[in-house]
Amino acid sequence: MLDFDLTVNGRRYPVRAEPRKLLSDVLREDCRLTGTHVGCEHGVCGACTVLVDGKPSRACLIYAVQMQDHEITTIEAVAKDGKLTPLQQALHEVHGLQCGFCTAGIVITFEAYLRENPRPTEEQVREVLAGNLCRCTGYHNIVKAILRVANERRDAQA
Amino acid sequence: MKPAPFRYHRPRSLADTLQLLVTLENAKLIAGGQSLGPMMNMRLVQPAELIDLNALAGLDLIAEKDDFLEIGALARHHAVESSTLVKKHCPLLAEAAGTIGHYAIRSRGTLGGSLAHADPAAQLPLVAATLGAEIVVNGKRGERRIAAKDFFVSMMTTALEADEIVVSARFPKAAAGDRHAYLQFSRRTGDFAIVAVAAVLHSRKLRLGIGGAEDKPLVFEDFSAHEDPQAIARKVREAVQPTESPRVPALYREELVEVLVKRAVARCLTSI
Repeated sequence: MLDFDLTVNGRRYPVRAEPRKLLSDVLREDCRLTGTHVGCEHGVCGACTVLVDGKPSRACLIYAVQMQDHEITTIEAVAKDGKLTPLQQALHEVHGLQCGFCTAGIVITFEAYLRENPRPTEEQVREVLAGNLCRCTGYHNIVKAILRVANERRDAQA
Repeated sequence: MKPAPFRYHRPRSLADTLQLLVTLENAKLIAGGQSLGPMMNMRLVQPAELIDLNALAGLDLIAEKDDFLEIGALARHHAVESSTLVKKHCPLLAEAAGTIGHYAIRSRGTLGGSLAHADPAAQLPLVAATLGAEIVVNGKRGERRIAAKDFFVSMMTTALEADEIVVSARFPKAAAGDRHAYLQFSRRTGDFAIVAVAAVLHSRKLRLGIGGAEDKPLVFEDFSAHEDPQAIARKVREAVQPTESPRVPALYREELVEVLVKRAVARCLTSI
């Protein structure tokens, strides 16, 4: 067992865990942040995606012990003061989720991606979304929600 | 899907890393962990000691030298694909790096990790071999540079000695007027390629790299740009001997080699 601190959503969490404990498990079990979902546990499904120093990363392919001195952001910190982000609001409005299991990973991935590329094409959105598996929606409404946010930004700038 | 227990080490210097590597038994190096992580979670690999390279400073730099770019082993794929230096001087590398896995995989996976892992279908070994890159490694006998064609030995096997690690790779700069193409075929976006083709046109000579067909990247040099793309594609097809597998018959890969080479050559000859 090792003792170390993790910084998650701006808060420090003292953690006692084996080095082999995945970040996804430490977030859920030790930090009690269960918004990060665990799907495939080998980096394929994207459900556990969190931000490490602002960059989307699979929490199941990181050992929590590696994250000392890094800033982790999970879905719990995306909405501020209970107010959904434009992306979350758009997913809600255009029916971009059904069971919601994959949604946290998708929101985290695209909050980061839209910061980097605020006005993506549909093709770019679909390419990035390929890293997050959704078994309910068929993806169309997720793409629609993301493009709505991108287009609103375009309109706001015009 | 949880890894077997291991002891964790996070050296702060290259010297400490090399020291750990020669002292510890059954040790594995981890950088981005995008290949090793799944293998450990599935317990295909069970190292007793894990040496984390992520705290090593200065190994993620992308630097322009006289006739090559030097890219540190810890440079993430996303940094490579979006680097203006790489896009300008090694556009084939930038394009291929942008096709690795998915967005979140690219923000964590590293150049050195991909080269050292040496998956025969991976993008970076193919590009390194096609461009004639040099892999810079460091070990207890000091630094040495290994030509990519000698570095990749066979499936997931490199010329690295047990005490050595990859520190950087040197990719020759493209000359003005060079053209390139990178094409791969996989069943789903983000999967490893069944076959990948990298092509470079330099002063009317074509160099072709084939990934995924055999146990390491293959390179074919000195095709003339005046030759018919279909004829080149036939020649390359006849020169490769794809491995037979229950899911992907050798014949299927041969067909892919021919089709992708033809398209890659055509793209080099027509792209602006």
